[in-house]
Amino acid sequence: MKVLKSTVIENKLVSNRVYKLSVNFESAIKPGQFFMLKTLDNSFLLPRPISVNDVNGSIVSFLYRIEGMGTKKISSLRVKDELQLFGPLGNGFDMNKLKGKVAIIGGGIGVAPLQYLLKVLEKKADLYLGYRDSENMYNYSELKLYANKTVTVTEDGSFGQKGFVTDYVPYDLYEVVVACGPEIMMKKVIEHCKKNKVKCYISLERRMACGMGVCLGCSVETKSGNKRACKEGPVFCGEELI
Amino acid sequence: MANLKVKAMGQMFKNPILTASGTFGFGEEFSEIYDLSILGGICSKGLTLLPRSGNNGSRLWETPMGLMNSIGLENPGVDKFIEEELPKMKTYGTVVIANLGGHCEEDYFQGIYKLNESSVDIIELNISCPNVKSGGMGFGIKSSVAYTIVSKVRKICKKPLMVKLSPNAENIPDMAIACEAAGADGISLINTIQAMAIDVKNRKAVFDNIYAGLSGPCIKPVALRMVHEASKAVKIPVCGLGGIKNAIDVIEFIMAGASLVQIGTANFIKPTIAREIIKDLSDFLDEEGIKSLDEIKGII
Repeated sequence: MKVLKSTVIENKLVSNRVYKLSVNFESAIKPGQFFMLKTLDNSFLLPRPISVNDVNGSIVSFLYRIEGMGTKKISSLRVKDELQLFGPLGNGFDMNKLKGKVAIIGGGIGVAPLQYLLKVLEKKADLYLGYRDSENMYNYSELKLYANKTVTVTEDGSFGQKGFVTDYVPYDLYEVVVACGPEIMMKKVIEHCKKNKVKCYISLERRMACGMGVCLGCSVETKSGNKRACKEGPVFCGEELI
Repeated sequence: MANLKVKAMGQMFKNPILTASGTFGFGEEFSEIYDLSILGGICSKGLTLLPRSGNNGSRLWETPMGLMNSIGLENPGVDKFIEEELPKMKTYGTVVIANLGGHCEEDYFQGIYKLNESSVDIIELNISCPNVKSGGMGFGIKSSVAYTIVSKVRKICKKPLMVKLSPNAENIPDMAIACEAAGADGISLINTIQAMAIDVKNRKAVFDNIYAGLSGPCIKPVALRMVHEASKAVKIPVCGLGGIKNAIDVIEFIMAGASLVQIGTANFIKPTIAREIIKDLSDFLDEEGIKSLDEIKGII
């Protein structure tokens, strides 16, 4: 884990309220890990936990949606501006456990950490994407490039299948399922996987203050007691979660 | 180079910069980032006699230059602390302070008995955590109540005892005097300020406990005033905390009368901040031609 100032290489609007930010960072990063990002001014207090969207050599990219004052301020950074970042943080995906036939399910901005994962899985995983509508298909074209096959579902049917993505996954065909998205979507995925006796891994999002395991603001209740989303997570085995 | 050493509560601190309870865990995560032996001391995560899993619902909420928390004293309990965390903390080469909270007198006593036999250097007695419904808060509001519990703890406590005051106390000078009279070796203040946030769309309080503790730079002026009041009222060392984010803030607390300070929420802003503050503090004193902190302590 490193704490440093880095220079913005790009920070562009890619979709409705969604930006892609790239900075230089030379160190090993696992899919599913995240960084704490902050502008250098004092316009907001705490760094924001943002998952790694992609890694290209020494360039790390983040895909984030403006949700509040922190992400709004980060979105105003221009090329060559400096920002503070520390990471990589969290456990990330255990690649040794993602063997055999793998389905990856992403919902909304929850697709952000999946691009790098798909890339490391070398186009072997099937991808199931759920978006609200065709206007909010974050990261779609890039994600598709790294998947074996892609099924897209929009709630209003404006692109691909209509409805909820969790209803379009043939769970029993897979050995492992990975999901990241809204809480309700991930709950559904856990239920389906349990029913079909398929192992699943869930990447959780939580409010965090420190991002490194000391504040206990992001505690997650699991069958083996409280775990920290920032340290033992953000990736959890679905069966472990309560 | 200025002399940053501080002698207080029977301990020699390398400098006045300690890290505050609840913002530094037991140090392990930070030890992976920088050498903790540069610190004046580390206050442990708030401990209770038995393990606690903490509060349900939202635990964090950012405000303009502040942070509200309702963690609810999630901690492994005193036994596990002594067994697993303390041995690691003792390797960091700095003063180790165990922060102990409780829900009733007996909890405090049992915790003290156990810590007496451990290698902790100082016990910081938390009589102020506002998050635990069933107690905590009660001890830190009325001076007479605080006097009773601190006196009883003092009788059995073999370690230097620093009492952490709540800003929600009825009267800070009275509270400081009560703790000194009860035999405290020092006091630290302020703990978080009781506060509230409302989620207007859902028409409910953000926190399950309704109220939560506010910390961060927004509380610094209040903390500074209270440290000033307490310092004028007692002779025992005062450890100031509340919103400190840079060396200038530290100087302010020392000028207001603090012997030591604690860095809390700022550890979240940047994990290396305590290290930077120590360096900047030394540089500032050199620039100002100040040779020792005693020259500026309590000059206001």
